[in-house]
Amino acid sequence: MMQFFKLVARNSLRNRLRSALTVAGIVAAILAFGLLQTIVEAWFAGVDGAVASRLITRNSISFSSPLPRAYEKRIREVDGVRDVTFVTWFGGIYKDAKNFFPQYAVDSASYFRMYPENVVPEDVLREFQHDRRGAIIGRKLANRFGLKPGDVVQLEGTIYPGPWEFVVKGIFDGRDPKIDTTQLFFRWDYLNETLRMRSKAQAEQVGVFVVDVADVNRVAEVSEAIDHTFRNSFAETRTETERAFQIGFMKQTESILISIRVVSFVVIFIILSVMANTMAMTARERLAEYATLKVLGFGPGYVASLILAESVVLALVGAAVAIWLTPLVAAQIAVLTKALFPTLVVSKDTVALQAVAALTVGVLSAVFPMWRASRVNIIEGLRAVG
Amino acid sequence: MSILPRTGAASGADVLIALRHVSKSYRRGGQIIPVVSDITFDIRRAEFLALMGPSGSGKSTLLNLIAGIDTPDGGSITMGGADITRLPEAELADWRAANVGFIFQFYNLMPVLTALENVELPLTLTRLGRRDRRERALLALDLVGLSDRVRHFPSELSGGQQQRVAIARAIVTDPTVLVADEPTGDLDRQSAEDVLAIMQRLNREMGKTIVMVTHDRRAAEHARSIMQLEKGELSQRVELPHD
Repeated sequence: MMQFFKLVARNSLRNRLRSALTVAGIVAAILAFGLLQTIVEAWFAGVDGAVASRLITRNSISFSSPLPRAYEKRIREVDGVRDVTFVTWFGGIYKDAKNFFPQYAVDSASYFRMYPENVVPEDVLREFQHDRRGAIIGRKLANRFGLKPGDVVQLEGTIYPGPWEFVVKGIFDGRDPKIDTTQLFFRWDYLNETLRMRSKAQAEQVGVFVVDVADVNRVAEVSEAIDHTFRNSFAETRTETERAFQIGFMKQTESILISIRVVSFVVIFIILSVMANTMAMTARERLAEYATLKVLGFGPGYVASLILAESVVLALVGAAVAIWLTPLVAAQIAVLTKALFPTLVVSKDTVALQAVAALTVGVLSAVFPMWRASRVNIIEGLRAVG
Repeated sequence: MSILPRTGAASGADVLIALRHVSKSYRRGGQIIPVVSDITFDIRRAEFLALMGPSGSGKSTLLNLIAGIDTPDGGSITMGGADITRLPEAELADWRAANVGFIFQFYNLMPVLTALENVELPLTLTRLGRRDRRERALLALDLVGLSDRVRHFPSELSGGQQQRVAIARAIVTDPTVLVADEPTGDLDRQSAEDVLAIMQRLNREMGKTIVMVTHDRRAAEHARSIMQLEKGELSQRVELPHD
């Protein structure tokens, strides 16, 4: 067995340039695969982070159409509802349009209670609730623009035109690295009061209601009950789970995601072709050695195992380097793309997929050379010149 | 299994390998080309037989048939009473590992293994432990005078030294017969002499049966007997006088 591994290890290093280039190719491919998977996962971060007991109630026309704020009281009265909050997408510009980050007007009393994944220190929350112009920002957003408590953030409204000023009261962190901390939350009542003066038609409205259901098993029933409550009203509702809402949102970008996934697998197919060619060349050069091994009494299985092991070793070495590099490169991409991918975290699933992809490449690349070497006619093999 | 020298010369009387009406032909471009035809002869125990003949005479083919790395189209080859032409591929491989030591013209060493590891390689197919394997490999290398080159890779050895490693690999399992295909074909005169001297010693002192293919008369003269092969047919065996 020792001799076998010695042969595999030394054969792997025999043509150092070829092995190095092959490993480099695998690193590039598995790294690209991992990054593309991570980007797809980041896209779906909202879906993955969705809580089963949370429902989103939106206007049945579209999620960009508002709902009356007054609906909150009636939603609370629906049997099975434990808590309700509301959120309004603000869509302001911070200094320049390229500085995009999400901003939401929220109910200061209930929002953070319903989103415990956004971890806000109690004193910060108190200050936020005492200052109508207060805002709480995520850690990544604070780092990106160097913002700190006490700073004034001025946004230029697009949906709600005009200048808007907020005072940063504190910073929230994510409960886990996948939580988006590039957001800014400010008080809905500040938005509402200002709209009463500037644009009365937009006042007393919210984007969506977020509903917490006491019993997860009753979400369908509660959803139905909420929508039933507002049937035949001037703003009918559509209530769905937070996950379904996020998926619906994602549907708009589905073709991009499909393209990314296809590209990630094309990358693997390309490296599979390259590696299969390398292993075929390697095996062809060593036909005389394989024939010699057979002459000495080693069976076709032993010869095939040598090729398989070498191929898998090269693939896994490449995968190990790629897996090590993926989070480092992902972090750089997150910095470069700023708010586009707020949670570019390489998951365990992605790492596992990278390893499986590399293993698959290693095994499949060896199939033809293994078959050929194991069937090599000894006489022909001994005549072969490497 | 022993690779310690045996005392005394071979008796030369009993038959080790018997070939009966052996024929072999190859198909090339739709044509059937006979290489050896209806060959019948015996190889005695402890014989050192040189098979001679011009290129294409079929001597290497005959050697491959005797060594069990090729199968005849007709006839039988028996060693110790067992007909090797009837063995399936896997059993033939086991038979080769146990009974035949190979010496090739171009040495056919594993370039990534040291001299010691190359010699040890056939022993990995046996039940010997690591320590025993190492001891036997070292002894075999000592027999061919390469005790000081055990850690060298083939690329660090001369042609003659590589062929001596190949001889050590061939004898390490103490096979019944050694087959050598042009073992001096790639060597300078001095190295060839060294290699042939080792083979002679293996035959005379250890009683090894050796079948050597060569087209070099000077090399053939180191054997005990010579047979000429011409157009696939054998001539009379010539016994050579040796001191």
